[in-house]
Amino acid sequence: MSKLLDLQFLAGHAHYLLFIVLMMTGLFIVVDKTNLVKKIVGLNIFQVSVFMFYVSIGKVSGGTAPIFPMDDKYHVDKDALLGIAYSNPLPHVLILTAIVVGIATTSLGLALIVRIRESFDTIDEEDILNIEQDMTRADNQKHGNAMGGPA
Amino acid sequence: MADTAQIVEHTARTFRDHLPVLQVLVPFCTAPLIVLLGSRRLAWPLAFIASAIALVISFIMLMDVREGGMLTYTMGGWAPPLGIEYRVDAANAFVLLLISLIGTVVLPFAYASFRDEIKSRDHTLMYACWMLCFTGLLGMVATGDAFNVFVFLEISSLSTYVLLAMGADRDRRALTAAYDYLIMGTIGATFFVIGLGMLYMATGTLNMADMADRIADQGMNRTVRSGFAFIIVGMGLKVAMFPLHLWLPKAYTFAPSAVTVFLSATATKAALYVVMRFTFSIYNPDFAFATNTLEIIFIPLAVIAMFSASFVAVFQTNFKRMLAYSSIAQVGYMLLGIALLTDTSLTAAILHMFNHGLTKALLFMGVGAYVLRANGSFYTQIAGLGRKMPITTGAVVIGGLSLIGVPGTAGFVSKWVLVQAALERAPENAMFLAIAVAIVLSSLLAVVYVWRAFEVLYLQEPDPNSTATEAPLMMLIPMWILAGGCIWFGFSTDLLHDTAAQAANGLLQGTKGMMVLTGQGGAH
Amino acid sequence: MIYHHLILRVVTKVLVGTIILFALYVQFHGDFSPGGGFQAGVIMAVAFIIYGIVFGLRNVKRVFPEWLVHKVLALGVLIYAGTGIYAMFMGYDFLDYDALSPAHPTSGQHWGLLIIEFGVGVTVTGVMVAIYYAFAGRPPSISNEDW
Repeated sequence: MSKLLDLQFLAGHAHYLLFIVLMMTGLFIVVDKTNLVKKIVGLNIFQVSVFMFYVSIGKVSGGTAPIFPMDDKYHVDKDALLGIAYSNPLPHVLILTAIVVGIATTSLGLALIVRIRESFDTIDEEDILNIEQDMTRADNQKHGNAMGGPA
Repeated sequence: MADTAQIVEHTARTFRDHLPVLQVLVPFCTAPLIVLLGSRRLAWPLAFIASAIALVISFIMLMDVREGGMLTYTMGGWAPPLGIEYRVDAANAFVLLLISLIGTVVLPFAYASFRDEIKSRDHTLMYACWMLCFTGLLGMVATGDAFNVFVFLEISSLSTYVLLAMGADRDRRALTAAYDYLIMGTIGATFFVIGLGMLYMATGTLNMADMADRIADQGMNRTVRSGFAFIIVGMGLKVAMFPLHLWLPKAYTFAPSAVTVFLSATATKAALYVVMRFTFSIYNPDFAFATNTLEIIFIPLAVIAMFSASFVAVFQTNFKRMLAYSSIAQVGYMLLGIALLTDTSLTAAILHMFNHGLTKALLFMGVGAYVLRANGSFYTQIAGLGRKMPITTGAVVIGGLSLIGVPGTAGFVSKWVLVQAALERAPENAMFLAIAVAIVLSSLLAVVYVWRAFEVLYLQEPDPNSTATEAPLMMLIPMWILAGGCIWFGFSTDLLHDTAAQAANGLLQGTKGMMVLTGQGGAH
Repeated sequence: MIYHHLILRVVTKVLVGTIILFALYVQFHGDFSPGGGFQAGVIMAVAFIIYGIVFGLRNVKRVFPEWLVHKVLALGVLIYAGTGIYAMFMGYDFLDYDALSPAHPTSGQHWGLLIIEFGVGVTVTGVMVAIYYAFAGRPPSISNEDW
């Protein structure tokens, strides 16, 4: 029983559970919801979980923010420098990049949704699929069925 | 910030040293330049000059690393593994050549095609997006830092979504195609980032060579293995591996013709290169062999892709859509080459990347010409055009023969090497013999769908009202350059084959092939 | 005199200047505290966007016309790449900031980062305002209730 419920392990790794829950929530929303905007929201939730995953990598236990200590004249205080443990700033930088990419993707997705709305008059995925199926059926009638047909 | 003046020891870089970064920098700077100047008349010449310069640079780099060795470049002067570096070896340079070659050759075609398919006030921004896509693809391949791959992957993907959506002027289904690709592509890229995060946790570095080193030291643990899984799935979506290919048919069919030409020849190949780099150089081939990933997963998926996609292609009524499904099948061949894990098979995969790039670009250019003249790509619309547009269709015939793999064309060479590789491994397991047979059988399927297109083009009566005339010169010249390439590389195979063999060798050496870590620039 | 949304209009007029000032603060303190180009660019764009929301798209386009937004966007990227290219011309690697001041490399690094962050901030401002213009500038073809 104690092996199943290794509390120290759970406490040290609980945040991974959080990331997985968020990740799966995001993916589920992308797959399940038919409203196109909600899919973008789900995608954002999925990406946020990845951001949090990266930020958690950078934390060093006992580490502080990775900024050099300054003395009064705004010079780097070299004596105080030694003895401080810093958290790793690299994952934060990676996440800044990923956040910007996420913003660009979201805005592009929303712009596409606006165009889809103007074109198809709906932003529900099922309605759009029906419209497209009608278009394909009209194409097939005009140009021959995909299974056999002329030529 | 006053410190005593210190002249730091520093050797000046020459132009040749800068080549790896210039490869990416020239198109990258052209895109904002086109936007800044804002002139529609300058957009195309700027784009073409930038692509031509990129082509020359990639050719010089390929000549440098053809015999082995690599070019490295440290960004910002920060030495790796802390700094970002660009590493170009034979595998890299080969793919860079393919991308820049297709990019340059397609631009004259795109000039004629965009004038017909896209509103003229959008042209400037289209060329800027095209340059960004070009930059992203080149950067993805040229870099030696794993996160940099993600950055350039997203640059190319976002511009791809925009370029695809511009097809909405002709058919509004391009918008939903772009949206679907956006959702799927972002999920794929995010999976790649997750995998990369796990690798960073396990190794503490993002530099590919250093990562290879540290993974080799560490051995296998769960983090490294799940990182591999995430990376393969994420990149597999971009490669259009079998179950992850759903975005491709719609995206290629409804995009503007020139965009389809460019993407079909380059986007999946660049992603496939990244898969190869991660599978072989960063994770040793032994790892992939030991976990049987390639045998259990890649081979079945590749074979299913080859057959199912070819079957669906047979029954299409739209030439463009048929070619899109054929692309999925051809990716199956390349994955098979990777999965067989021998020098010959990897050579075949790399060769097929190049040859298929040429072939597909040529075929989609033919489609673009038909769309321009006959206003559509359905078989009923292009019936009999073989007689009204003989020069165009001649090039399409050559492309079709290369797609089947007729001896004397480029497509034959790569398929032949692939069958050879499968037969090489046949003595150890009868499954590989079956795979060789499967390759030949699916090529027979390719005969069916390509022959159907030929029959429509030549043996059917054209529509009496059609006013189709020959395609404009700006479309014919790129088509015949690529057609000439298909035939030339079908006969004179040495250059390509040796380079591909060198590339495969470098990749299969695994982490040892990456270990030529050095200081600044220059060939080694 | 305009009486609609009076409180909003007055408060926005006061806030816009403060927001721009704060954006500049965040921009140039990027190497001493959290901040830098991207964050500053977004905050600066917020100033224009809030002005646009309260006073109308036409008015904000008189301050920051659309053609200028697109040019500013491209200019920021070129500033960033230009610093790198300048370093290449001086014989250093791409984006090696030592080239900006060969005798004092630390000072060169300081200046290099300031310049590229400025380029990033300018581009991000342009992008955010361009996104706002693109979305707000499309006339709705249906009323809000029909969505």
